[in-house]
Amino acid sequence: MKFYGKPLPNVEIEPYSGKLIVIEGTDGVGRSTHVALLRTWLESIGYAVLDTGMTRSVLAGRGIKNARAGHTLGRLTMQLYYATDFADRLENQMLPALHAGFIVLTDRYIYSAIARAVVRGADPEWMRAIYGIGLVPDAVFYLRLASVEELAARVLASGRGFDYWESGMDLGLGNDYYDSFIAYQKLLLKEFDRMTGEYGFQVIDASRSIKRVESDLRRLITRVIESEPATGGASAPTDVDVPNQGVNGDGKDL
Amino acid sequence: MISYGHHRYPGRLFVVEGTDGSGKSTQLQLLYQWLKAEGYPVFFSEWNSSPLVKDTTRRAKKRRLFTPATFSLLHATDFADRTERDIVPPLKAGAIVLADRYIYTAFARDVARGCDRVWVREVYKFAVKPTVAFFFRAPLDVAIDRIASARPTLKYYEAGMDMDWSDDEEESFKIFQGKILDEYDHMVSEFGLTVIDGTQAIRTQQRQMREIVSRHLKEKLKEKAVLAK
Repeated sequence: MKFYGKPLPNVEIEPYSGKLIVIEGTDGVGRSTHVALLRTWLESIGYAVLDTGMTRSVLAGRGIKNARAGHTLGRLTMQLYYATDFADRLENQMLPALHAGFIVLTDRYIYSAIARAVVRGADPEWMRAIYGIGLVPDAVFYLRLASVEELAARVLASGRGFDYWESGMDLGLGNDYYDSFIAYQKLLLKEFDRMTGEYGFQVIDASRSIKRVESDLRRLITRVIESEPATGGASAPTDVDVPNQGVNGDGKDL
Repeated sequence: MISYGHHRYPGRLFVVEGTDGSGKSTQLQLLYQWLKAEGYPVFFSEWNSSPLVKDTTRRAKKRRLFTPATFSLLHATDFADRTERDIVPPLKAGAIVLADRYIYTAFARDVARGCDRVWVREVYKFAVKPTVAFFFRAPLDVAIDRIASARPTLKYYEAGMDMDWSDDEEESFKIFQGKILDEYDHMVSEFGLTVIDGTQAIRTQQRQMREIVSRHLKEKLKEKAVLAK
């Protein structure tokens, strides 16, 4: 078990038998769709799955949602609230599941948190130090869509429309949600691209059909699951008959 | 982000630190009254008071949801909100800000709970360095006696019951406060804390405090306030 920095206090650091798989990417790229598809597939072939994502912690999820609704959330405060949410999910959802041999699929991880903070002017070193508590995942799949106009089209197609934070309206980059969305997502894309080498992302071209992307993900994830755990001598998860007790998120991506 | 020690604001920031029962809040109240009477613009900022975080903290304490890491991070969130909202703006405007507990409280408590010393300091790197940080030092038994007489029961996290040091609340509280005091003692030279002997008479302590604070005040701060009126 490897952490980016110092491990969390009072956390068992013995090797785990599960796998931590991260799906990353900017808004509208199809992360939650793929997490849902992967979960169904993995369960169908007998793996127990826990899926999680930002703001789904018992501790801080509600507080963050309320704070975002008020638009009075300062930038430093926002970053630390997200870090609290992350730590709670890591300790209370992800680590226990990994120790129990689950495959943990996470919709976004510390990289999104860092990218969002850095485009808002946070010190990149500060963010990396805070997220030193993060467990190094077994694989990070970065769904990449280079055209932000296409991202915008997908957000529209989903029927959700543009959201204040997803458009980065707090940054004052554009006069309306559309202009701001385009400018903000371009900045995020640049940050993700910068992190690709640093964190060893496996880049998946997300401009293709859902089916093509999904088949790539399945192939790569099969390889991860079948590999020996890098963290210790434990074998690949064999306790496939563990009933699925994964904490189901509400699917709402914040 | 401007990091600790690099902010340049016209205002002044005075903070008080110390274990529970060290008498620091009493001293800060007295300082506040004096500064107000002298005509300075003064703002007060308390630990754990951010409106964005308060409900989350309250719920987490009640339901015992905290781990040492999340306890630390949620308090840092609270502190960030206070920094952005209550501390930096008045300092920029040239006012005096008084804070009851500051980052050193987090450093002492979180490290006592097992968080990494360097990590906790990194998390709080955005904090404004105080003009003066007073550390009211009272020996453990004095502080514990004061707490015992003021409050009939100890709260779960306050007593450090989450750490399984002891099943007995009072015993656990003593162990926790002892660890906290050790951390404070280490921080005196690390951060240049100004130590005030908390066993002295209240008036004596206040006299020392006012003497030190007055060295950092300029008449200019006062004139600004008068003009504003």
